Amino acid sequence: MAATNAAMDEMARPVPMPAQPPAWTIYRHRLPVRIMHWINVVCLFVMVGSGLQIFNAHPALYWGKQSTFVAPALMLGATQDGDHNLHGVTKIGSHQFDTTGVLGVSAGVNGKPRARGFPSWATLPGPQSLAMGRQWHFLFAWIFAINGSLYLLWTFASKHFSRDLAPTGSDWRGFFRSIVDHIKFKHPHGEEATRYNILQKLAYLMVILVFGPGIVLMGLAMSPHMDSVLGWLVDLVGGRQSARTIHFIIAFGFIGFVLIHVFEVLISGVFNQLRSMITGYYSVPGGRDDAHDAAKEDSHEIE
Amino acid sequence: MKSNDRRLLNRRHFLARSVVGGSALLLAGCDKLAGTSWFSGLLGKAGPFTEAVQTAITPANALAREFTEADIAPTFRANGSVDPQDDDYLDHVDNNFADWKLEIRGLVERPYSLSLAELRALPSRTQITRHDCVEGWSCIGKWKGVPLRAVLERAGVKPQARFVVFRCMDTLDDNLYYESCRIVDAYHPQTILAYDLNDKPLPIANGAPLRVRLERKLGYKQAKYLSAIELVDSYAKIGSGNGGYWEDQGYDWYGGI
Repeated sequence: MAATNAAMDEMARPVPMPAQPPAWTIYRHRLPVRIMHWINVVCLFVMVGSGLQIFNAHPALYWGKQSTFVAPALMLGATQDGDHNLHGVTKIGSHQFDTTGVLGVSAGVNGKPRARGFPSWATLPGPQSLAMGRQWHFLFAWIFAINGSLYLLWTFASKHFSRDLAPTGSDWRGFFRSIVDHIKFKHPHGEEATRYNILQKLAYLMVILVFGPGIVLMGLAMSPHMDSVLGWLVDLVGGRQSARTIHFIIAFGFIGFVLIHVFEVLISGVFNQLRSMITGYYSVPGGRDDAHDAAKEDSHEIE
Repeated sequence: MKSNDRRLLNRRHFLARSVVGGSALLLAGCDKLAGTSWFSGLLGKAGPFTEAVQTAITPANALAREFTEADIAPTFRANGSVDPQDDDYLDHVDNNFADWKLEIRGLVERPYSLSLAELRALPSRTQITRHDCVEGWSCIGKWKGVPLRAVLERAGVKPQARFVVFRCMDTLDDNLYYESCRIVDAYHPQTILAYDLNDKPLPIANGAPLRVRLERKLGYKQAKYLSAIELVDSYAKIGSGNGGYWEDQGYDWYGGI
């Protein structure tokens, strides 16, 4: 705690070699990254909420060119028992689960159980409104796509990609160790903490190169207007309903990424991490070690 | 150890609660925002902007994908009005649309009307296309009908006409259904006034006796139960002024995504 406070005091000026404890603050995130990161936070929140709202208009997924209504790949449905009680039923292929309260059936605006795919706390707007969901979704889709494109351009032009994100040979050699570190919730210290670790790099690369472009393309592949020029893409993924299913799966990829990302931020010094994404300055845990110490630190965990 | 476990559990419970509660709070904030006039105006701009970009980067006559007989869905799903109870419509159903006529009117040189038999006698186009509902599902069907372009050219569209309005015979929630599109979409080679679905006269559920097919748009643009085609320079004075029944309920007029 004392170290964190000391680091905070120092955040504005370049950092001299410290005495005890060896506080070390670096300029970690440049301004464009910080701005685009927070725009993206807003976009993802709106896109997921409004996307689930749109999904609720027909809470089923299919594979192929069209909807095979009798055999959906996924369905969040509702059944009524003899006492007129609603039960939420989630069907995945031929498997069926009772998900009353969350999926298929959940409390409506008046608190009574209602048939709806995703619950109102997860959709934007809360009450059923496909029209409003679409308005939110398509406005923020533009912001998301423009922000994401600018990010990709900036990332390559500024060498952020080659310098910070592209895995190096030594990153790959530390792959298994990094997995073990993550499982033990052990976070890098000193020099090592000034770089992204291999799993972190792979997660970011997955999101910016696969999830981002993928979800935009799958969204466009669902557009009947764009289909007149993107037919090849629609065919490539197996048809419009496949595109819709992939769009949905990637959305949950994003949700999974965000959950892990936020979890890692929470357990690795939430204030330091948040500050670095707001002001750019990051206090390196463990401070600066000389080469000898760094080698020694490498071999055992530091609390 | 035990108390640690409990603390962990409490913390987990707290986290789950926070996620749900936080999300609900943020969503409520979004609803507030959507209630302000400046933000709802901004939300409404996404549709026209998407239309401007999508039409700019696609050729006006690029064709929607056409499929094969093997792709035709066993039953073509119907949505919206599926069994209109309007008196006029029921009368037409009773005598098998023998007295039904499609009026072509508004900003045209020569208003006229066509019976179903006259429509069937005109040169036709048949296409197997995918119908994409705004709800998210898709269905492939085979449509046969008269290209709208031919019907409009015969009437002579006046230069000041900017939109084609489709007038319908079905009432939904006390309002007659209607739709509209641009002249360029009306002239698209696949835009037809369809009277057959899957080699049979259009069933009532799918819009008998005539519906429009705008193959690069969502289902709600494909007006069913047509009674008239009206050329206008603005749709501001029709319905609630948004260009269509569902548009008046907040759906985007573009309907291309």
